[in-house]
Amino acid sequence: MKYRIKSSGLHYSFPSLRVLLGRASPLRSGDQLAGTAASSAEERVAAQMCLAEVPLTDFLAEPAVPYEEDEVTRLILDTHDRTAFAPVAGLTVGEFRDWLLDYATDGAVLTRVARGLTPEMVSAVSKLMSHQDLILVAAKIRVVTRFRNTLGLPGRLSVRLQPNHPTDDPPGIAAAILDGLLHGCGDAVIGINPASDNPASCAQLLRLMDRLRTEFAIPTQSCVLAHVTTTMQCMARGEPVDLVFQSIAGTEAANQSFGINLALLREARSMALALRRGTVGDNVMYFETGQGSCLSAAAHHGCDQQTLEARAYAVAREFSPLLVNTVVGFIGPEYLYDGKQITRAGLEDHFCGKLLGLPMGCDVCYTSHAEADQDDLDNLLTLLGVAGCNFIMGVPGGDDIMLNYQSTSFHDSHYLRQVLGLQPAPEFAQWLASMGLLDSQNRLPPRPARLEQLTQRFLKQLPLPAS
Amino acid sequence: MTPDPLSPWRAFTTARIALGRAGASLTTRDRLAFQLDLARARDAVYAPFDPAGFATELSSLPLPALVLSTNAPDRRTYLQRPDLGRSLSAASRLKLAGLPGQGACDLVILLSDGLSPLALQRHAEPLLSDLLPKLLLAGWRMAPLLMLANARVAVQDEVGGLLNATLSLILLGERPGLGSPDSLGAYFTYQPKPGRTDADRNCLSNIRPAGLAPTLAAAKLLQLLTAARQRQFSGVQLKDEPAALPSGFGTPLLPPPHE
Repeated sequence: MKYRIKSSGLHYSFPSLRVLLGRASPLRSGDQLAGTAASSAEERVAAQMCLAEVPLTDFLAEPAVPYEEDEVTRLILDTHDRTAFAPVAGLTVGEFRDWLLDYATDGAVLTRVARGLTPEMVSAVSKLMSHQDLILVAAKIRVVTRFRNTLGLPGRLSVRLQPNHPTDDPPGIAAAILDGLLHGCGDAVIGINPASDNPASCAQLLRLMDRLRTEFAIPTQSCVLAHVTTTMQCMARGEPVDLVFQSIAGTEAANQSFGINLALLREARSMALALRRGTVGDNVMYFETGQGSCLSAAAHHGCDQQTLEARAYAVAREFSPLLVNTVVGFIGPEYLYDGKQITRAGLEDHFCGKLLGLPMGCDVCYTSHAEADQDDLDNLLTLLGVAGCNFIMGVPGGDDIMLNYQSTSFHDSHYLRQVLGLQPAPEFAQWLASMGLLDSQNRLPPRPARLEQLTQRFLKQLPLPAS
Repeated sequence: MTPDPLSPWRAFTTARIALGRAGASLTTRDRLAFQLDLARARDAVYAPFDPAGFATELSSLPLPALVLSTNAPDRRTYLQRPDLGRSLSAASRLKLAGLPGQGACDLVILLSDGLSPLALQRHAEPLLSDLLPKLLLAGWRMAPLLMLANARVAVQDEVGGLLNATLSLILLGERPGLGSPDSLGAYFTYQPKPGRTDADRNCLSNIRPAGLAPTLAAAKLLQLLTAARQRQFSGVQLKDEPAALPSGFGTPLLPPPHE
């Protein structure tokens, strides 16, 4: 279908919805690299004006990636809920933005409509929205998930404790876990990115975390962020797997480059469900995404990276995850060049994920070769806190020594909790209080009362380090 | 003063654990220490690199050096356009075509600043002064060392293809981390040619004295390159051989920093 704009003295035409979405995208380096970006600032706004006139139903008729070629497209269209879609079925993209911002459109309304929305609709409307629009609408939506605790409730901010170590050294990892717990972090998950993806070494880390969790009766879940097939091997061997992790993307071809497909994820999820390890719920999946992953796998089908990112959320939604994390600044400056582009992308991802009904968290981060620094990190962290982000990362001192990038620290989570009055997940907050790690005002005590006993008990759970 | 019960834990990791707090925030000392490390990492990315000057510094090595260029004209373009860093400039293609004896080389080694000139300047010479004599002694036919500024890992596919090399190896600076502004990476490919993917390569990363020491990296490379040449492949299958694999250098879970 051809899209044209002739008003306001503008004469632009766009050969397809896919091209129109690309041209309407706020500027970012990855779209320039892919050749999908507008060639001028005027063309970009013309495309946004044109996009505002497009009926939402067009997205059902003209998928961004062909139905026949791509199982993600088939998933999106085959599971589209016409009844849920009804309240917005008659709207254009521009009218949809106005509807989202309306007083009457509250969290309950948005939750009901989620299954009627496709990633392309959500991506399209985000391109017409300002930062404050993205924050305002996202803040209306709460997505609550459960495994051993309850995540995503109003007034709560959770933290993934990320205790990575360049050689997966158990004492090194345990040291970072202890530090994180002493800072009141770890309610979203204690999640390790392993340096080595083999089942034996992942099993060692799984057992370490399980011992610590049971010894101290911590109401949280653990995860080794290995490839899904590695985790499946661990489950088959009876290792203590709480959550199944996988990086996912928005096209079948990109997922193939990750060595996964929908059937494999289904199989992994049913294995995890069968373990019945959750105590208050059965959200057993943990997904990570990030704009640019499809292009990086040469599997973008001429789509802009933000639309493809939203399509990854359709994959996630199919598996009722506990956590979805957009790792926004990790991929590097060829996809998101600077702090401005990273900030916009983080807000878009959080908005799109929440609108589609996902428990969105964000790895607010940057690499040393991007044009970004700690001030940019603070800005996005603050904006996402206001937007009601479910969880952030907690990395010791904000410096991940295994992945070599900068993310949010344990300290950062307390900044956000202080300025916005946010608390950890209720079960975890109660545990922190019982351990003397958080006082009645949600503050860290200067020195926990039983620190020596705690560290001694912790040390006993470890295999001793090789000298 | 009572000893800090966390102090023994600091010996287990270089992660920034057991930091002090001002309220719940970083202390001035820890914040400035972070800023200093970040400044060094950022400076490492933008440090000047002069391929011709570096070639002179390597004159003690038993191979001649040739300076080439990619299509990435400057640092800013290089960072945003990985495709340009993967392709040779037209002039460099001509230069390679004019090399005597092409089509008869077992291995071509490329050197680039990548994302950290410092890494190359510090660790390439100790690594190569160990590796090259052993390769030459074993009868490997070697192309000249090729120096390129602003290159990506996959540039070896075009170069290796033009030279009809059996194997190509590139040493280049990795993305600087806060504690590691000078980490060198080594990627090699059996029968390099355009269209090869990361799955076709093997990689050693974190080459620096505090990580994988350059001389140890040279030994691992000799072992891996020899295995690749004998078995006539590189990539994931070669990686799976436990004997050929240094521990801790398994399949990266995320795209390598250069791609």
